[in-house]
Amino acid sequence: MEKPLDGILVIDFSQYLSGPSASLRLADLGARVIKIEKPTGDSGRHLYCSNVVLNGESSMFHAINRNKQSYVADMKSGEDRKKVYKLIAQADVLMHNFRPGVAKKLGIDFETVQTINPAVVYAELSGYGKEGVWKDKPGLDLLLQSVSGLTQLNGNEGAGPVPIGLAVVDILSGVHLAQGILACLYRKITTGKGGRVEVSMLESALEFQFESITCFFTDGGQPTKRPKSNSAHAYLGAPYGIYRTKNGYMALAMGAIPFLGELLGCHELTQYPEVGSWFTKRDEIKSILADHLSTKDTQEWLAVLEPADIWCAEIMDWKTLFDTEAFKILEMVQEVQMSDGYKYKTTRCPIRINGQFLTTEIGTPILGEHTEKINAEFA
Amino acid sequence: MLPLEGITVLEFAQFMAGPSAGLKMADLGASVIKVERPGTGEAGRQITLKNLFIDESSMVFHTANRNKRSYAANLKNTDDLERVKKLISQVDVMTHNFRPGVMEKIGLDYETVKAINPKIIYGVVSGYGPVGPWAKKPGQDLLIQSLSGFVNLSGNAADDPTPSGLATSDIFTGAHLVQGILAALVGRTKTGKGAKVEVSLLESTLDIQFELLTTYFNDGNRLPKRAKKGNAHAYVAAPYGVYPTKDGYLSIALTPLDELVGAMGLALPYQFLDKETWFSKRDEIMDFLRGYLIKETTQYWLDLFEPLDFKVAPIYDYKTLLNHEVYKVLKMDQEVETSDGLTMKTTRCPIRIDGHRIFNRKSAPKPGEDNRVIDQEFNLN
Repeated sequence: MEKPLDGILVIDFSQYLSGPSASLRLADLGARVIKIEKPTGDSGRHLYCSNVVLNGESSMFHAINRNKQSYVADMKSGEDRKKVYKLIAQADVLMHNFRPGVAKKLGIDFETVQTINPAVVYAELSGYGKEGVWKDKPGLDLLLQSVSGLTQLNGNEGAGPVPIGLAVVDILSGVHLAQGILACLYRKITTGKGGRVEVSMLESALEFQFESITCFFTDGGQPTKRPKSNSAHAYLGAPYGIYRTKNGYMALAMGAIPFLGELLGCHELTQYPEVGSWFTKRDEIKSILADHLSTKDTQEWLAVLEPADIWCAEIMDWKTLFDTEAFKILEMVQEVQMSDGYKYKTTRCPIRINGQFLTTEIGTPILGEHTEKINAEFA
Repeated sequence: MLPLEGITVLEFAQFMAGPSAGLKMADLGASVIKVERPGTGEAGRQITLKNLFIDESSMVFHTANRNKRSYAANLKNTDDLERVKKLISQVDVMTHNFRPGVMEKIGLDYETVKAINPKIIYGVVSGYGPVGPWAKKPGQDLLIQSLSGFVNLSGNAADDPTPSGLATSDIFTGAHLVQGILAALVGRTKTGKGAKVEVSLLESTLDIQFELLTTYFNDGNRLPKRAKKGNAHAYVAAPYGVYPTKDGYLSIALTPLDELVGAMGLALPYQFLDKETWFSKRDEIMDFLRGYLIKETTQYWLDLFEPLDFKVAPIYDYKTLLNHEVYKVLKMDQEVETSDGLTMKTTRCPIRIDGHRIFNRKSAPKPGEDNRVIDQEFNLN
């Protein structure tokens, strides 16, 4: 199928997750992504976090790097560097996620790249920006969650810091990088002007929390206080939360408390007519709700609440969800194949264009798989 | 010059996912016009955090809708609808998050809009995709976190399902919508044609889990198991996690266990020598580390580990971080102002373009605040 970024060439020096997740999206949208890897490869190839290895490399690497080409270059060698410069000269986008100073050492800092290709979109992703006392610290997801206040928002009061259990800051900063790249690509095509895009994980982590940080500014800097129980948001009132039922769990997002009381047959809840009290007395209200909801099965409650258009849902694990018709119809899983024949399953791009899924059959490249071919092509 | 200067976006979207997409495009230089019902405006104006309002609209609304204009129109009124169609004929992008069928009823579905403006990029946010048994269910952040398996990843093993305490699904879905729209704008420069771009909360929330799902699909469908205590990632081996210290907490990310234990002046117990055990005996290893890390302060451990380039960090709350010199160097906040002169401090766009941070001074508009100017600008009367 025709994809919107067909014909766009991206030269990607980034490693691990943040940058590569951005180039994955560009590849899904039709761009040709050439991963420039050091002779030992993207360090993410061997980041065995969970001992799940697929075809000799980390399962996570395979998730992040499908549909890309791999070009091996030792940027410290003059000869390799010259070849890579030829690629850069023809690229629309160059991206990296090195710590400050490294790009310069490798000869791909902004100023140098400008002299090779002034119209390129130059995109860089860092942990904490390029100034300040943290600029050289390692930009790893959990560390960013830890210093950005994010671990204070999840879980119940008294639980201590609760991180989000996946690399949410890596992925979000990659998303922001891709947004900046796409906006600058549009400008490049319409005006001929190149661009520079800079994203840091810290700024992305802060913008992620824009609602609660703005709240902190507005309420005079009060400490974040999570609900005592059934927490799903530190700054939202009852009923917002997850509740145990007789046979599982359910989520209850919004709804007028007295109305919920009537629907659920819980008289106590009808005693909270004042909207403001749903926040100020949320611990009390949630505790009443929790006791009441524990008396019947999830489906019984949903059968009452859903017809009244109350926002609620059962809690599912992947197995349960993947068995539903609603999931199957999304065709969210695709199988891709590496050049050595190894096949694996992964998710597809979550964006549809003109009603069509953006899928691919191409898996992860073997390290250096495309070096020779690309040398010939760009010579 | 901001990259999206000259682009006009009509935002019919409400609440968070769609408007957060409009916000990002506005920050990147687009002119974003909210099309809202007269009087009350969009429903998100009444959604509050801590009951906080700035004017007649909530603080949250102002956070997600700064830097936009508002055009009030009753889409069920023929005259208003004609004006909106005239507006549509002149813009680059429109977005909405109505449930399937609503835009068809109003007469602003993609086919109709495409006939008015074949170059338009038409962005749609839904809960569960355009078709299927859940298509008409309400799509809301917490519900999607709950259905998508996302709540099974955070918190400790014995905890209830633990959602993220912010609108993660909304924010990623909005961000994916921006990606799709911008890519379609790039595509339009070649083809001259517009496109329909669709995202859903469910697909986007699955996408966030792509690394874990790829592991799950190819590893015998083993469901995630959270660590007993200090869990930070169901799929990552020890020492990855959060540990209490004498006076606070310490996060330890990807750091080799043997090196960590060595730096602490300890010997790695023989039962943990095999790297395979760092995952299979994660709880026991974390217990072992907890026993020692609690004995000293967070700063003590940072001073010990950071020079070795171990991946560690303290845990900060907003007060600590936002008063830290690191935060001041970022210049991450800005003051915005309503047309009535009310001000609010909020965050800025996290993307820097051409070496510059992007600031704006304009807070969210009142419903219909810009009707007269827009009527004139687009010659709608």
